[in-house]
Amino acid sequence: MIAAYVLLLVPFLGIAFFGLTGHRDDTGKVNIGLNTFSFLASIWLAVKVLNVGSLYSADQAFLIDSFNVYLIMLTAFVGLTTSIFSGPYMAHEKELGKLNDRRLKLYYSMYQGFMLAMYLVLTTNNMGVMWVAMEGATLATVLLVSLYRTPESIEAAWKYFILCGVGIAQALFGTILLYYAAVQIGDSEHALLWSVLYENADKLNPDILKIAFVFLLIGYGTKIGLVPLHNWLPDAHSEGPTPMSAVLSGLLLNDALYAVVRNKMLVDGATQNNSAGLLMMGFGLLSFLVAAVFLHRQKDIKRLFSYSSIEHMGIMTFAFGMGGPLATFAALLHMTVHSLTKSAIFVTVGHAAQVAGTQDIKKIRGLIKTQPKIGWGLLIGTVAIAGFPPFGVFTSEFLVLLATMHSYPWLAPVLLLGIGIAFAGLFRHIQPMVFGEQPEGQLPVKANLWPVFIHLGLVFWLGLAIPDFLANWFSQATLLISGSTPL
Amino acid sequence: MNIEQQDFYTQAILSMAALIGLASFLMLGQGRLLRLIFVFALQGLLLTLTAALSAYSLDNHHLYISAGLTLVLKVMFIPWMLRRQVLAMHMNRDVEALENKTLVMLGGASLMVFSYYVLHPIVQSSSTIMVNALAVSLSVVLLGMLLMISHRQAVAHVVGFMSIENGLFFAAIVATNGMPMVVELGIAFDVLVAAVLFGIFFFHIRTSIDSLDVDRLNRLNEIDQ
Repeated sequence: MIAAYVLLLVPFLGIAFFGLTGHRDDTGKVNIGLNTFSFLASIWLAVKVLNVGSLYSADQAFLIDSFNVYLIMLTAFVGLTTSIFSGPYMAHEKELGKLNDRRLKLYYSMYQGFMLAMYLVLTTNNMGVMWVAMEGATLATVLLVSLYRTPESIEAAWKYFILCGVGIAQALFGTILLYYAAVQIGDSEHALLWSVLYENADKLNPDILKIAFVFLLIGYGTKIGLVPLHNWLPDAHSEGPTPMSAVLSGLLLNDALYAVVRNKMLVDGATQNNSAGLLMMGFGLLSFLVAAVFLHRQKDIKRLFSYSSIEHMGIMTFAFGMGGPLATFAALLHMTVHSLTKSAIFVTVGHAAQVAGTQDIKKIRGLIKTQPKIGWGLLIGTVAIAGFPPFGVFTSEFLVLLATMHSYPWLAPVLLLGIGIAFAGLFRHIQPMVFGEQPEGQLPVKANLWPVFIHLGLVFWLGLAIPDFLANWFSQATLLISGSTPL
Repeated sequence: MNIEQQDFYTQAILSMAALIGLASFLMLGQGRLLRLIFVFALQGLLLTLTAALSAYSLDNHHLYISAGLTLVLKVMFIPWMLRRQVLAMHMNRDVEALENKTLVMLGGASLMVFSYYVLHPIVQSSSTIMVNALAVSLSVVLLGMLLMISHRQAVAHVVGFMSIENGLFFAAIVATNGMPMVVELGIAFDVLVAAVLFGIFFFHIRTSIDSLDVDRLNRLNEIDQ
């Protein structure tokens, strides 16, 4: 359990340190150091859970089980690689005169603030604290979206703040209803602890929980970016600094979905049927299809990939909603590969935008000639995210399709059609950006691309063969969520 | 069951619920910003009283802390901050022309009915006071959203946002006698940070579009121009 405390303490100290010392030239390196420390702590935690099973803190305030431990490790890993990218990237932005020392100080302390909120969402056992941390994640990132202080970025940040704030207020109402149902059956001291609720789920009033779940899904669903609550997402992703887009897409969306799934497990226990899952399936499928169509209309490269995030979150929500061991396993795998691929893509996109000096898709051309590494990174990343074999996204989407054919065969063509539309939408934009004629005077930039290739390499590996310990891990999490194992 | 047959605490809470709901309606139809802020502070005060009453009647001491936090945050700090903004922008004399005022009020009334409809399934398992309190707090949440939709000033949006929090807090006090302390403190902290951030945003929006009219934040959209 010490590892969990270390995990929470490191970003906390990070906020204090960056807040007090201000920006210096080596701040980026300190940030990498802090994230390395968190990542090591997460490995320590993971090994412990793998050996001894679920861990509780003494007062049951924290719970680490097979479901959240892998998300903790994923969060720490993406946080680390993004921080490696963000050092030179932010330094370059400062050279361009877009940022000054004070804003960089804000950036680095809020980076750690965001990581703290994410770790707290994942480790806490208390559904109320989970809500508080989720709201904290919004508050930490809202000033980062408007970091450039352009009218567009301020508009995006305001939209993000208001929509997510109001949205997540619905989740608090859901949490209050959950608590209301819980105090009817037991003591109020531990009534919001997930582990206690889960043990007594069959005694909770199903009518109240059904209403509560609607609010929880709408609330956390705003943060997942489910259509029609997604409006903030493309704006916030496109106007904020690119490392922020990478962590928002790769981590925040996952963690919001995690919160929904935790709640779904309680509701399923009370209602003894999959009515909550049907809601998630509907929302997921709608998000998936709408986002796939919207991919075709985008003009801004970061907006393009944020719609792709909505599309993938839709698939995951759909798969978790379907329930059953195979779909759950696929959703867990998809969470991992999507996070890795999408954060890699955003890192590449950030450099591509620096090369071209714009985010406008029409003006980004000939990347592969100017800087082959960025061109290839973008191309391979897009191939991976579009679900081509042999990348991991293919494996997980294939498993989702398989599960759909098994339980809801009439939805399988819809899913296939959506994947096709999304593929076309991505490639019509990417092809000219990578291979087109390069504009005159386009020069390479200083870029650190090995995080990208590590991520894509991992996704490639997961597509070829999932290592035993990881498969075992996913099976344990699947067992916890759906009640049986897929293997 | 008749309301006279209930005990004093129940009657008091039900009256508070009615008043808090009424405050939401008053805010909804309010075109003047300073009055809007005043009614919002009033709603905060009603909430403080509810929390204190609940703490006293149920002998639940940690609710006194919640009441204190509400008093400081929602009755003093946030209204003070908003008022200062309005005066700084010389908007205190502006009357915002609300479009379709009648429709908005009717919409508000239907939202209230809708809240009762949503919570109807739990009537059997709960007492009258619970159902009423939850329905009123849900309608305060929805009315806060309607307030944000129907007003164009950023200040009014913040009032709407915070009144949504009021609705949630009322549900937490009445239906569950307050959430666990750590959660309450966390929520209060979030509200405080949000209020400070709103202050920063007012400054940014003002410097970027020279107004607090959020209808003019319209650069980002999906429509071809």
